[in-house]
Amino acid sequence: MLDWWLPENVSTFGRDIDWLFHLIYAITGVTFVLVAAAMIAFLIMYRDRPGRRARYTHGNTTLEIVWTIVPALILVVLTALSAPAWSKIKMTRPPSDFVVDVTAKQFNWQVKHPNSDKVFLDEMHVPVNKVIHVDLKSQDVIHSFFVPQFRVKQDAVPGRSIIAWFEVTKPGKYEWPCAELCGFGHSGMRGWIYVHSAEDYKKWAAENLTAETGGGAKK
Amino acid sequence: MSAHAATAHTAHAHHDTSFVRTYVFSTDHKMIARQFLFMGLFMMIIGGLLALMVRWQLAWPETAVPGLSVILKDTGGILEPSTYNMAFTMHATIMIFFVIMPILAGAFGNFCIPLMIGARDMAFPTLNMLSFWVTATAGVIMLSGFFVEGGHAAAGWTSYAPLSAVPQYTGVNWGQNLWCIALFVMGIGSMMGSINYITTIINMRAPGMHLFRMPLVVWSLFITAILLLLALPVLTSAVAMLLFDRTLGTSWFAPSGGGEPLLWQHLFWYFGHPEVYILILPAMGIASEILPVFSRKPIFGYHAMAFSMIAIAFLSWIVYGHHMFVSGMSPSLGMAFTVTTMVIAVPSAIKTFNWLGTLWGGRIQFTVPMLFALGFVSMFVIGGLSGIFMASTPVDIYIQDTYFIVAHIHYVVFGGSIFGAFAGIYFWFPKMFGRMMNPLLGHLHFWSTFIFFNWTFFPMHIIGVGGQMRRIYNPMQYEFLQHQQHWNVFMTYGALMLGAGMILFVINFFWSLFAGKKAPLNPWNSNTLEWTAPSPPPHLNWGAHVPTVYRGPYEYSDPDAREDFLPQSQAPVGAGARRHH
Repeated sequence: MLDWWLPENVSTFGRDIDWLFHLIYAITGVTFVLVAAAMIAFLIMYRDRPGRRARYTHGNTTLEIVWTIVPALILVVLTALSAPAWSKIKMTRPPSDFVVDVTAKQFNWQVKHPNSDKVFLDEMHVPVNKVIHVDLKSQDVIHSFFVPQFRVKQDAVPGRSIIAWFEVTKPGKYEWPCAELCGFGHSGMRGWIYVHSAEDYKKWAAENLTAETGGGAKK
Repeated sequence: MSAHAATAHTAHAHHDTSFVRTYVFSTDHKMIARQFLFMGLFMMIIGGLLALMVRWQLAWPETAVPGLSVILKDTGGILEPSTYNMAFTMHATIMIFFVIMPILAGAFGNFCIPLMIGARDMAFPTLNMLSFWVTATAGVIMLSGFFVEGGHAAAGWTSYAPLSAVPQYTGVNWGQNLWCIALFVMGIGSMMGSINYITTIINMRAPGMHLFRMPLVVWSLFITAILLLLALPVLTSAVAMLLFDRTLGTSWFAPSGGGEPLLWQHLFWYFGHPEVYILILPAMGIASEILPVFSRKPIFGYHAMAFSMIAIAFLSWIVYGHHMFVSGMSPSLGMAFTVTTMVIAVPSAIKTFNWLGTLWGGRIQFTVPMLFALGFVSMFVIGGLSGIFMASTPVDIYIQDTYFIVAHIHYVVFGGSIFGAFAGIYFWFPKMFGRMMNPLLGHLHFWSTFIFFNWTFFPMHIIGVGGQMRRIYNPMQYEFLQHQQHWNVFMTYGALMLGAGMILFVINFFWSLFAGKKAPLNPWNSNTLEWTAPSPPPHLNWGAHVPTVYRGPYEYSDPDAREDFLPQSQAPVGAGARRHH
């Protein structure tokens, strides 16, 4: 309940997104309660009763101005607060020497780790507390790279190469579904992202990436 | 012009009584309105059953849907992934293009515009007839897709290319082609209608009916018609291009031949966002019509209401990119679309506050149309507020393509458009068919719809925030979604009861049609012109003279008036305009 149904966040920019999320929860929640309370109060107070006549009024210019300006101001502030996070997540990205090549296809993620040609299916391994760039491509239809706990989503568009990025703050195994309808096998198209400590990642890479280059897990 | 048309029509009136000319190929705007209404309600049954199939699969994945084994013999009634994709694709396609548009724009546009501006018919009655029959043909083409090899379209109602552009990606062949052809034909029918509405409103208003004496529902339909005229050609072009990609080997959207997948999204949403307002504006107009009548009060801020709809119409063209924040479109462009999207929330807020202002100090009568109009306002508030989450680009990164979006769209198009449509049906039924609907069944229908609508769709926000993607076949395939599966079961119970509640409406509708109490001229003591015509209005609507308009449409509870309403056509005391009655 404390997280308002959001899954646990484990990425750096996820905090910015969750903060905005909670802010909008608060704004819309308060607005909804006020509007609903006013509506219910009016429906009770002004219900049809014998002998009373409705108020004959066509409106009020001051009120019109107030309820135009106030929502406009709130929305301007919200836009201003959204801009830095958007800029940080999508318009710029911190540099990184760790680039994972992900090519989506119906209905798998094909993953190549840095300094290796070996293709892993639906499985990615990255170190914790490090900026990871994902070079996202698709070889057939549009797919979408979605890791709920990283708060990251980016469509993979055939014919384009799009860089997405994230930095995870907690080691673990995270589910990695496709979020864009991509055909009859869309449901169930998912992989796992394993986030290791720096040493564990080195160990994993030594055992799995250098051994047989270009063979193994490739299907 | 209207005088000329009227004479011509009167001369023909005696010959127009054959069954075919009266009920099938009718040029009477009221008959065409009824035809659109019946078409929309029939399609709503199909769209609703498809929705229940989707809900069944989500709650109890891969179990047989009761009754479906008759159709799906091979699987014993279990939905396969491709059938499931078809079901949600066609649910949305049918509900948007063949239920809400025909009912709100087709039926209410045809019925209300001439009667409420004091015209004897549409400007182009034959074109009007064609508009219905072209739309009906589109409906038949769309339904025929269910019977072709490979099944119907299964790429979502948004049909993103290249999934939709290359047959082997979905395994759907003629289904998707027929989807394109049906929407193309529907676009032509809609264009015929919108030209007619615009011409009629500009040219054929009764004497004294200035633009700013028009009822707000006419304003809303006028603006809707302009949006239809400008937006639908973009869709018709896009579906033609898609069809050419699929059948003639062009390559607009598939990168293998040099095409650009995002071009489809730009074209689709450039149509698609004005489309959302096409779906909601008439419902806003209907609510603005009903709230004053049953609050016995003038609408609060008539000009603000009209101008906010005009503002929405302009802004609707420059917000469409908010559907594409994570599509690969330039993120800088995304920022610009955030600004416009935040701006378009303002006119919607203005409308909501003015509806509340209309209730304030009123004498509120809880009739069935009023309940649905109030339901519309409250559900539209939720749908509007949830839109703010998506407008904030960083938040949208997370909730894009989740059930939060599904919740939002249903609060707007079901809580908004469909509640508005029901409000309108209960309100104008007496005028349309000359009989009253049963209020008890109407109340039961409202409460069932209101409760089970929220029961079904509110938890979608919750599972969407929890991360459940839209258009997935089986949430139980994902470990992070399994803990919230009970919500899917809960929602499906709600959906089944929501569907069952609609039976009350069907019974009420048909029972009232044949056996309802005869409707008086003006059952709701309303001011607008349609209530001065007989129930139901005859061909050409009024006798020798069309009404003359002396005032705005919402003069309720004027302290100087004897009654608590003052019809638009009632001559001011001492004006000596008796002949107009």
